[in-house]
Amino acid sequence: MEVKPPVPRIPPPGWSEFKDLQEWEKYHQERAQDDKTSETLASIADAIHHMPGGWIVTTSTEKIFNWARKSSIWPVTFGLACCAIEMMATFASRFDVERFGMVPWASPRHSDLMIVSGTVTIKMAPLLKRIYGQMPDPKWVVSMGSCANSGGPFRHGYHVVKGVDRVVPVDVYVPGCPPTPDSLMYGLLRLQELVGEFQRTGRRATPAEGASA
Amino acid sequence: MTAADAAARIRERFGVEAVVEGSSVTAVLPRERWQEAGGVARRELGCAFFNWLSAVDWKERGLEVVCRVDNLDARLGLTLRTRLDAGAPRCPTLTGVWRGADWMERECYDMFGVVFEGHPDLRRILLSEDWEGHPLRKDYAVDTPHTPYR
Repeated sequence: MEVKPPVPRIPPPGWSEFKDLQEWEKYHQERAQDDKTSETLASIADAIHHMPGGWIVTTSTEKIFNWARKSSIWPVTFGLACCAIEMMATFASRFDVERFGMVPWASPRHSDLMIVSGTVTIKMAPLLKRIYGQMPDPKWVVSMGSCANSGGPFRHGYHVVKGVDRVVPVDVYVPGCPPTPDSLMYGLLRLQELVGEFQRTGRRATPAEGASA
Repeated sequence: MTAADAAARIRERFGVEAVVEGSSVTAVLPRERWQEAGGVARRELGCAFFNWLSAVDWKERGLEVVCRVDNLDARLGLTLRTRLDAGAPRCPTLTGVWRGADWMERECYDMFGVVFEGHPDLRRILLSEDWEGHPLRKDYAVDTPHTPYR
C-alpha cells in the first residue's frame, strides 16, 4: 500500500508580505471571482437530492436559510464620500433599516454586505478590494451613487475608478447623486429579494465564451 | 507698508513692473531672481504668511509658477509670478525663505512636474509614487486606459 505524502499547500501571500500597494495590486490583477457557491455543500445537496423525495429537504432548507440570510443582512459601515451622509441617514432613526434586520457593523469580518457609498479613487481601490476580501462568504455589494456606478462627474478625471464593478462584483446599482435614503432603501429591498432567491448549492449557469466582451 | 509702497520697492529693487489692485500687488520676476524676490518679500515687505504656490501650463510657451504671500498686519497681498523655460520646468525653491513652501512645492511637482532646485525632499505628495506623468499638465492624456482600474 502506498501512502501519499500530503500535498503542501502554499498559502496565499498576506498583504504585509508585499513591498507596497502597487505590488499588492499587481498580484490581484484579476477581478475578484464570484465565489458564492460551495463545492462541499453542493456535493451534500446532490446526495440528498438523489434520495427519493430528497428535493423536498433541499428546497425547504434553502428557503429557511434564505429567509434567515435576507432578514439579517449586516452592512459594513464603509463611507467613502458624500453618499455616506445619505447612507448614515438611511441607517438612522427616521428611515431605520434596522426594521429589515440590517445592523450597520463596524467590522468587515462580521458583515454580509458592502455599500460602496461614494467616489472610489485609484488609490482607494486596492483598499476597497482588501475590505471586500475580508468579508466572509456569501457577500453582496451595493454600488451607491453615480460615482460608484460609473465614475460619475469624475469619469474623465485622472484619479477615479470608472465604476466600482471594475474592482469588485456588484449586485445592485442605486442611481442618484447622491441617492436619497428612499432610493437606497429601495435598493436594499431589491437586494433582499435577490438574497431570497440565492442558491448556495447547485450548478450556476456560466456565460458563454465571449458573451461578456 | 501700503500696496503702493510695496510696488515701489519691487520696482526699485528688481526693475520690473508691479501692478497694484486694491491691497494686492502682482509682480512678474525673472527666474534667476526668484529666491531673492522671496527674501525681499519676507524681510523687507513683511510678507510672513506663505499662502499658496501653484503653476500654470501655457503649453508650448512653458510653465509659469505663481505664488501668493501675505503681510497680515498691513493687509497686503503679494502675488509673485515667474515664467520657466519651455521644455525645462526647473525653478529655484522657496523653502529656505518660508518653511511652508515645502509641501506646496511638492504638490506642484506632483501635478505639474516642476523641479524645484534645492528642495530638501522633492517627491510626490498626493499621487502614488509609481504614477506616470503629471496630471494637471495640458498634454496629460486623461482617458488613457492604464492598468488596473483606470
